[in-house]
Amino acid sequence: MAFANDETIVESYAGASLAMPRDYFELLKPRVMSLVVFTAIAGMLVAPGDINPFLAVIAIACIAIGGGASGALNMWYDSDIDARMSRTAKRPIPSGRVTRQEALSFGLVLSFLSIFVLGVLVNWLAAALLAFTIFFYVVVYTMYLKRSTPQNIVIGGLAGALPPMISWAAVTGEVSVESALLVAIIFMWTPPHFWALALFKAGDYGRVGVPMLPNVAGNRSTQNHILAYALLLAPLGVSPFFLGFAGPAYGAVAAVMGAAFVWFAFRCWQMPSDDQKMVQAKKLFGFSILYLFTLFGMLIIQALVLKFTGYAI
Amino acid sequence: MTEKENKEMEERRLKAQRARNIAIGLILLALVVVFYLATVLKFGPQILTNRPL
Repeated sequence: MAFANDETIVESYAGASLAMPRDYFELLKPRVMSLVVFTAIAGMLVAPGDINPFLAVIAIACIAIGGGASGALNMWYDSDIDARMSRTAKRPIPSGRVTRQEALSFGLVLSFLSIFVLGVLVNWLAAALLAFTIFFYVVVYTMYLKRSTPQNIVIGGLAGALPPMISWAAVTGEVSVESALLVAIIFMWTPPHFWALALFKAGDYGRVGVPMLPNVAGNRSTQNHILAYALLLAPLGVSPFFLGFAGPAYGAVAAVMGAAFVWFAFRCWQMPSDDQKMVQAKKLFGFSILYLFTLFGMLIIQALVLKFTGYAI
Repeated sequence: MTEKENKEMEERRLKAQRARNIAIGLILLALVVVFYLATVLKFGPQILTNRPL
């Protein structure tokens, strides 16, 4: 019987699990799942065509559960390094509430179930994209990229970027340039978001040997990368307006938020690379979350306004 | 482990198992409802009339 620390629950008792349902729910990375759900809803509402509301809810639930399943599989594989990082040490496996085997089984069952239900009840293109997303996150990112290259989150970010394309495919039965653009926005947003985190959590990543950019190339190089990505992201964020599938309200908000993102990235770039508190990196990290929620929130608002009032904003 | 600790642990195990059983039961029930409604939705209400589609 293994004790994680004085306060946490033992992982098993005479071979029987003491895990509660909430521990399993925690394996799904609920906060990441909320972003997945949010961007998937935006993709679904912006997509041309109609989907039965009941099937729409099923599709979003499948995407959320599939995303959660990949989170559980990520925690299964990464439990060794999670236990040694302050940010992740309280997760269900390192804290001893769920065993690795339980997390693996849970992740595999939910992966299969979400893909199967999405395929049978909605369409198989969306299901195939969900399967690819789970595969990419678990096998390509978690098992290979994360521990082998400082470009891990650049390439691996594709997995987190795909939900709007899956929901778009659920509605239309196809993928399109517009859905690819939504993917591109999240894809381009991911590196500066995680590098800002990596700047003030460099000690954690260094301790467990994960080659995040600050640990491999140094803080200055990371700050340069963040600014470069912010400069690319800002115009990309506005491009749905220029391509005509987002209205002027979205365009204006995206432009302001993009400029603010560049400003925060610039402030982070100005920060001394040996800064101990990393205040600007923390501010950029916080703002990056607001940025993505605002952009996709605007897409949702404009789609709902158009649907219920007929006005394009 | 003392007898008292053993008993406490057994109670926790049973409590956790009961909670997991309820959660699994609710999930299975939800799946049944989802597939029932989705089947009616995809095939149309005539599936309920017990006549050939």
